[in-house]
Amino acid sequence: METKSQFSDRYLDLFAENREKIETQSADIMNSFRGEAIEKYGLLGIPAGKNEMYRYTNLDAFFMHEFRNYLLPVDEDLEKAEQFRCDVTDLDAHGLVLMNGFYPDLKHKLRELPGGVWIGSLKEASVKFSDLVDKHYGRYAKSESDGLVHLNTAMASDGVFVYVPEGTRLNKPVQVINLVYSKDDIFNQHRNLIIVEKNSEISIIICDHTLSPQKFLTNAVTEVYVGENSRFDIIRVQNEHNNAGKLTHTFIHQERNSHASSNNVTLHGGLVRNSTYHYLGGEGAESNSYGLYLADKFQHVDNYVNIEHASPRCTSNQLFKGVLDDMASGAFNGRIFVAKDAQGTYAYQKNNSILLTEDAKVYTKPQLEIYADDVKCSHGATVGQLDDNVFFYLRSRGIDQREAKLMLMFGFAHEVIQNINIEPLRERMDNLVMQRLRGELSRCASCMVRCG
Amino acid sequence: MLVINNLHVAIGGKIILRGINLEVKPGETHAIMGPNGSGKSTLAAVIAGRDFAQVTEGTVEYFGKNLLEMAPEERSRKGIFLGFQYPIEIPGVSMVNFMKTAVNEHRKYRGLEPLSASDFLKVMREKKEMVDIDSKLANRSVNEGFSGGEKKKNEIFQMAMLEPTLAILDETDSGLDIDALRVVANGVNKLKRPDSSAVVITHYQRLLDYIVPDVVHVLYDGRIVRSAGKELALELEEKGYEWIRNEVNNQTGYGD
Repeated sequence: METKSQFSDRYLDLFAENREKIETQSADIMNSFRGEAIEKYGLLGIPAGKNEMYRYTNLDAFFMHEFRNYLLPVDEDLEKAEQFRCDVTDLDAHGLVLMNGFYPDLKHKLRELPGGVWIGSLKEASVKFSDLVDKHYGRYAKSESDGLVHLNTAMASDGVFVYVPEGTRLNKPVQVINLVYSKDDIFNQHRNLIIVEKNSEISIIICDHTLSPQKFLTNAVTEVYVGENSRFDIIRVQNEHNNAGKLTHTFIHQERNSHASSNNVTLHGGLVRNSTYHYLGGEGAESNSYGLYLADKFQHVDNYVNIEHASPRCTSNQLFKGVLDDMASGAFNGRIFVAKDAQGTYAYQKNNSILLTEDAKVYTKPQLEIYADDVKCSHGATVGQLDDNVFFYLRSRGIDQREAKLMLMFGFAHEVIQNINIEPLRERMDNLVMQRLRGELSRCASCMVRCG
Repeated sequence: MLVINNLHVAIGGKIILRGINLEVKPGETHAIMGPNGSGKSTLAAVIAGRDFAQVTEGTVEYFGKNLLEMAPEERSRKGIFLGFQYPIEIPGVSMVNFMKTAVNEHRKYRGLEPLSASDFLKVMREKKEMVDIDSKLANRSVNEGFSGGEKKKNEIFQMAMLEPTLAILDETDSGLDIDALRVVANGVNKLKRPDSSAVVITHYQRLLDYIVPDVVHVLYDGRIVRSAGKELALELEEKGYEWIRNEVNNQTGYGD
């Protein structure tokens, strides 16, 4: 078996054919990374077979497909975005809507918020704030071994830019709504850059939706810089249909005494792979990575987490939980790397899955590499069915089997949801999870697509 | 109310109960005592509908209906409540959500509308006060991180919420200090209605200082070997279970 998919070269050709087109519509900073990225992609390709990082996830069903190459936005697609309204009704957020990875609102691609915060198009920001972007772009997405990250660097031309200047606390979250809508099957790759300077605070919610039933593939890279004493939370809510593939790579670089959390909530999707990297680059930094995956039918959800303790006295915590029904499968791979000098490290990892059928599967793999001596590290994984004793306890209080099962699954999932610190979003997530577990549609109400 | 006739029960092929006969009438309080391993908890489990125990012979009727055919939730809705010896922790499920679901299932069964959120919270507050439960417990996940005493009090609180007709309390007193024991016992006494009954399973006599039984039964080796008034509990306390053991063995003709 190869570590590289047989369909890898197809994207080298795609890049070669379109390089000029991509470069003319992109900023110089992003263009300056393309050459090296495509070379690395050429070596690594699309992960397959023996690639340890993607061992349990077969991407070929998507990469072998002939997508309409998606490099420029199409107006009629963009109009669709105007009709979309998110229904997290009480959520008071600064919203950004992306359609197929591009901005539908041509006039307000980049806008200023209170406190000198900027949100909007990365492409525009690369021109307006070229020094800033230059300082951070391409610095943190350093997965030498993942060809998909390099493919994104080679081909992406826009995405979300967020800048929070020093000493700024944004009291409302920023909500990014990624919509995918097209009459054709499309493959889109966007690129996000989030810069949180020191003593600042921001929460970002990323909602992924599909609005039409075509086959879609998204390969998105997000780079985050979290400065000294800053706090950064990112919550990803994935709710796409069974024919959609979602590959996300999030790199969070943390400075001294910073606090960052990531929470990947996968409610629905055909194939989902989330790679989350926390680099603890300064003393006293703390990271929390959470994930919840609910999958049924033939869905597959894979979470890869990589925590790098590069500095002393940092703390990291991972909690990933999933409920798998029908023939669904899940994978969790949590790597904790503790560098030689990272003394006083605390690192925890927990992965619990519930399998509702004989055919559901989950692969779980802890991966600990510890080179320091003074380290407290623990990991645990459980895979099981719902506990009979707990079941009986609920039934003995008059709750029927079906409701008892729902309550237990809900409680199981809530342990992840409760870490969302934006209350309306937490409540909304609880509701969506409940609906999802009840087998009702968990699409957000204004969405036109039936995800089931 | 409850009529148990010649009940034989096995767990995984091992015979635990060997012909239990017991009748509980409305308004009565029965105590079942006995040494460890005599089958007390199995009896409670069978009444509540635990499926690991197989009934091999005999009948259990509840208000004239075959109890053994009913699902555990149906028994609960018909007024049977089991206070667990080891209450279960359910992380992620709040007490409020748990009790709201249970109470509304009971109401639905009786053809009543579900309680509104505010009415429910009001009822919950009243019952908490009634059984003297720390109000903070209600906001936590079910039994999660509760001390032994808190878990047992929480059982009594659930009993208060569900207002059972027949309460089976399985060693609710075990592991309690005297103050917690008093809270639990007072709760049980306050919840007693003229038409409701209780079966109190206990290893020790001390609970019966607070909950006064009409009848005391001694369960030994899967059978009720003696039934008498509350004075039997005192006699047991004084003479120990060895006394019963010897008597039974003498009667059946094989001594130790």
